[in-house]
Amino acid sequence: MLCQVCKKNEATVHYTKIVNGDIEELHLCEQCAMNKEMEFDSTFSFHKLLSGLIDNIQEEVPFRQVKTLKCPFCGMDYEQFKKVGKFGCAQCYETFKPNLNPILKSIHGHDRHIGKVPLRANKQVAKMKKLEKMKEKLKEHVAKEEYEQAAILRDKIKELEQELEKGVQ
Amino acid sequence: MVKWIDRDATDEDVVVSTRIRIARNLRNYKFPQRMSIQEAESITQEILNVMKDLPAGVNYKFYKINSLSPVERIAYIEEHLISPGLINRPDFSSFLLKDDETATIMINEEDHLRVQVLYPGLNFEKAWESINEIDNFLESKLDYAYHDKFGYLTACPTNVGTGIRASVMLHLPALSIIGQVDGLIRGFQKIGLAVRGLYGEGTKAYGDLYQISNQTTLGEEEEEIIKRLKGIIYQTINKERDVRHNLLSSRKYEIEDKIFRSYGILKYTRKISSKEAMQHLSNVRLGIEMGIIKDVGFKELEKITIGIQPGSIQKYANKDLDNSERDIMRAKYIRERL
Repeated sequence: MLCQVCKKNEATVHYTKIVNGDIEELHLCEQCAMNKEMEFDSTFSFHKLLSGLIDNIQEEVPFRQVKTLKCPFCGMDYEQFKKVGKFGCAQCYETFKPNLNPILKSIHGHDRHIGKVPLRANKQVAKMKKLEKMKEKLKEHVAKEEYEQAAILRDKIKELEQELEKGVQ
Repeated sequence: MVKWIDRDATDEDVVVSTRIRIARNLRNYKFPQRMSIQEAESITQEILNVMKDLPAGVNYKFYKINSLSPVERIAYIEEHLISPGLINRPDFSSFLLKDDETATIMINEEDHLRVQVLYPGLNFEKAWESINEIDNFLESKLDYAYHDKFGYLTACPTNVGTGIRASVMLHLPALSIIGQVDGLIRGFQKIGLAVRGLYGEGTKAYGDLYQISNQTTLGEEEEEIIKRLKGIIYQTINKERDVRHNLLSSRKYEIEDKIFRSYGILKYTRKISSKEAMQHLSNVRLGIEMGIIKDVGFKELEKITIGIQPGSIQKYANKDLDNSERDIMRAKYIRERL
């Protein structure tokens, strides 16, 4: 049997590719197999699947406005994302958030992370909560016309906000 | 060469290796597919700077893909030390390899960071402990892209959340002999596990080796993902052992004959394709696993299995070889070791 790719050498490597129970056979020579192996081992075939998945979701969920979304950080738009099935940067997750839940649900069966949290993120979250509390307190002071305490608190809030902005641990 | 195999291991009669990898990205950079070569360089420098603060006694060596020859690149993949995706853009990608080869930190693959740990036999406890340690160290110095709801953000939505892929390489010759592997694979897929072959999808001819891993990464804790996989693996190990035991009592001479014929061929071959060699190596491995062949060990056999692959055999020969030359060199390589 000849190699299905180059159609020159004898096929010595035989693959059986099983995707969702569908079996596909591939007969290659050693050289072509080497190239193919690289491809197989990456998420290549899974990608095509993923693109199809996103397409289906798009049909089922009419998020028309999503089509015009464009990531401000990396410039990826929804059409591009659909085509490659990959995000361009971390910011894309916020940009495409309106359409993300059904995609994640169909891939993972879930749309919320419950695993490990980086220590740094933990501290950030704690700080954000502290900031919210301080802001509430500030409103109380203002309502009670305790302007001196309000001014002190306002400075502290500013400081914390700057810290958060910089992402200080 | 292939040092990671030499560590102590359990369940090596069925489990060749245990691997965990995590995907991580830095917050302030575009993902590798969309970044410039300058950005790639700057991420690499940032990570290398962090690695200077490693505790004493922990040593990693740095390799740029574009400073390795094509054959060397492929050999690292065959040794399971880097992923095939890492060599696609040689000018962007690099890796740090721990001196005992149990850990690799890949830079600018599909994500900024892909960390993998690799141990022989079944060893999820050690693998998870080590990778968590590396992750905690990196996280204390780098600003990871992390989202309260989506977890660790990755280029591909199939990795988001925990970013974890836990896998084992199983040798299942007995289940293959009685024709139960296909059914088993379908079963794995039904419960959300992915099955792949050693290099390419699993066919019997490719050494009866199957890689099983978790498919989903979001909505489950890391330990839970590993625990679920481990449970299934234990069942599979026991099933394979039972079938081997039964085969040995019901078809003793047939099985022994198959094993020793393969052993004979490998010992005296003068020219052999990798496909044929893989098949005989699988039979010899079964012989070792069943206690029939005693003068070769699992580790030596695993090293041969890696060493005969196209990239590794050319690295061993120290020159580029065509198909036919490779088959001759492969035979020599095997004879010298059995």
